Amino acid sequence: MNKMLTCIGCPMGCQIEVELDDNGNFVSSKGWSCNIGKRYAQEEVTAPVRTVTALVEVEGRQEPLSVKTANPIPKGKIFDCLAELKKVKVHAPVAIGDVVVENLCDTGISLVATKNIL
Amino acid sequence: MKNVDIVIIGGGPAGLAAAIGAYEAGARDILILERENALGGILKQCIHNGFGLHTFKEELTGPEYAQRFIDKVREYNIPYQLDSMVLDINAEKVITCVSREHGVQQFKAGAIILCMGCRERPRGALGTPGERCSGIFTAGTAQKLVNLEGYLPGKKVVILGSGDIGLIMARRMTFIGAEVLCCVEVMPFSGGLKRNIVQCLDDYNIPLYLSHTVIDIHGKDRLTGVTIAEVDSHMNPIAGTEQYIECDTLLLSVGLLPENELSEMAGVKISPNTSGAVVDETLQTSVPGIFAAGNVLHVHDLVDFVSEESELAGKSAANYVKQAQQGTVSHRQVVMGNGVNAIVPQQISFTPDHDVHMMFRPRAVYKGAVITASVGEQTLYTKKARILAPGEMVNFTLKKDDLTAANPDLPLTVEIKEAA
Ligand SMILES: Cc1cc2nc3c(=O)[nH]c(=O)nc-3n(C[C@H](O)[C@H](O)[C@H](O)COP(=O)(O)OP(=O)(O)OC[C@H]3O[C@@H](n4cnc5c(N)ncnc54)[C@H](O)[C@@H]3O)c2cc1C
Ligand code: SF4
Repeated sequence: MNKMLTCIGCPMGCQIEVELDDNGNFVSSKGWSCNIGKRYAQEEVTAPVRTVTALVEVEGRQEPLSVKTANPIPKGKIFDCLAELKKVKVHAPVAIGDVVVENLCDTGISLVATKNIL
Repeated sequence: MKNVDIVIIGGGPAGLAAAIGAYEAGARDILILERENALGGILKQCIHNGFGLHTFKEELTGPEYAQRFIDKVREYNIPYQLDSMVLDINAEKVITCVSREHGVQQFKAGAIILCMGCRERPRGALGTPGERCSGIFTAGTAQKLVNLEGYLPGKKVVILGSGDIGLIMARRMTFIGAEVLCCVEVMPFSGGLKRNIVQCLDDYNIPLYLSHTVIDIHGKDRLTGVTIAEVDSHMNPIAGTEQYIECDTLLLSVGLLPENELSEMAGVKISPNTSGAVVDETLQTSVPGIFAAGNVLHVHDLVDFVSEESELAGKSAANYVKQAQQGTVSHRQVVMGNGVNAIVPQQISFTPDHDVHMMFRPRAVYKGAVITASVGEQTLYTKKARILAPGEMVNFTLKKDDLTAANPDLPLTVEIKEAA
């Protein structure tokens, strides 16, 4: 099976074709113009990750708290994590870097505040 | 009327960095005037990550990036006044400002730094026909509603324009439970960063229709749908390609315009090319003692460069105030050659006292082209670029010694030499 990707390494945006075996394992890639693209293609098909930024409710306030995952999480877990965040309510005050949720959806990664609320 | 050495208009990333730059260059009598109720400008609502990679070598969200500068302004005890809207500036550098707390105030400034940022092109600027119903927002307005006010603007969304703010909002709307049906771009390429196309559209299977536009808007009170169509190379809709899409929300991400009403009141010359002030390498405008930096000067892609540029404006303003009255400086003009658009600065003094950072936007997409800056036969800079695109600003630096040594009778020409 083959998969097409767009490299995000630079504005060239090379179209990379990745060859996968029957178990979805990486076999080879072509179409990149440099090593950044070569590395990106392999990572992106084997273990794609994203930093997720989102909003959580603050008790008694209309203005939400902005948050992010302290490290990138597996791409496949994004919507599980977003669903989990819907249940979270924090209490002011909150400072940048405060942990809002530990070990978010068993990713081993915590969710931290990205703004100060007095 | 109160005298202040340096007044900074706008407390976004540009204003904050300008204040820090001025302070670090020795100025102490500084005042930032900001019309909103908090410092930070647009970054307050940009809760996604990707800011500051260039400056801090880590990826921050907008509010985190802004906070680093706000903390510094507090550490230096630089005064700022919130909820204070500047209404007028004149050529004598008298600033009129209004706030609930202080009423109407006037300041006489030794130097002014314009840091008012930009605003989004509204629907009116587009001339899209159709009904005048609700449910149509600029992407930035929707960003503010969602991220700062906690509202969901709609459930079925079409995005017109593939600028970065629109792309970022496609992902945000998806995250908060809306269905984003498509992103429609009139040009044959997107003006947004590749990374945003991949991580905001492709990741969520949101289609991007290039060379398409919205030709009709339907709905009496609330938007009920849009008609989109493919366009030809002259941007005219092609008959037979019309498609109706049912939606309740249309987000516009069709470009930013520097906010220069105040600059014009002060008599600052505006470049038709950047829609920002004409400046020299110290970021001084055509009015001595008035400087400009950030998105009010030219629309930036990366906030890192906004901060860098604004620090220089702060430093220049501090120097201007120190030297009380400078003689008039004569300048070499900068000429935009083939492929070059929206260059800043537009003029450079004959004997600059620092290396000069040049920025411009390519007019089109070029592969394997060479960027050159030359004075007559003398080449001051040359670099081959794998790819150049209007969506990515080009940055390079000219050495002050090279500029000083160059023939004073000739302009500096910057151009893109296309691959054969
Ligand atoms: C909607 C939107 C979204 C954006 N998203 C991104 C993004 O995701 N990533 C990115 O890198 N860049 C983004 N940008 C670009 C971003 O604006 C710049 O990187 C950066 O914020 C520019 O800083 P600035 O200080 O020049 O302008 P701004 O951040 O706009 O700050 C200008 C400040 O001046 C104040 N002001 C204006 N007029 C007056 C007046 N008359 N009196 C008093 N105060 C005044 C405003 O209230 C504001 O606080 C976005 C821009 C917009 C418009
Ligand atoms: S493969 Fe290299 S040249 Fe191609 S987009 Fe990626 S980083 Fe750029």
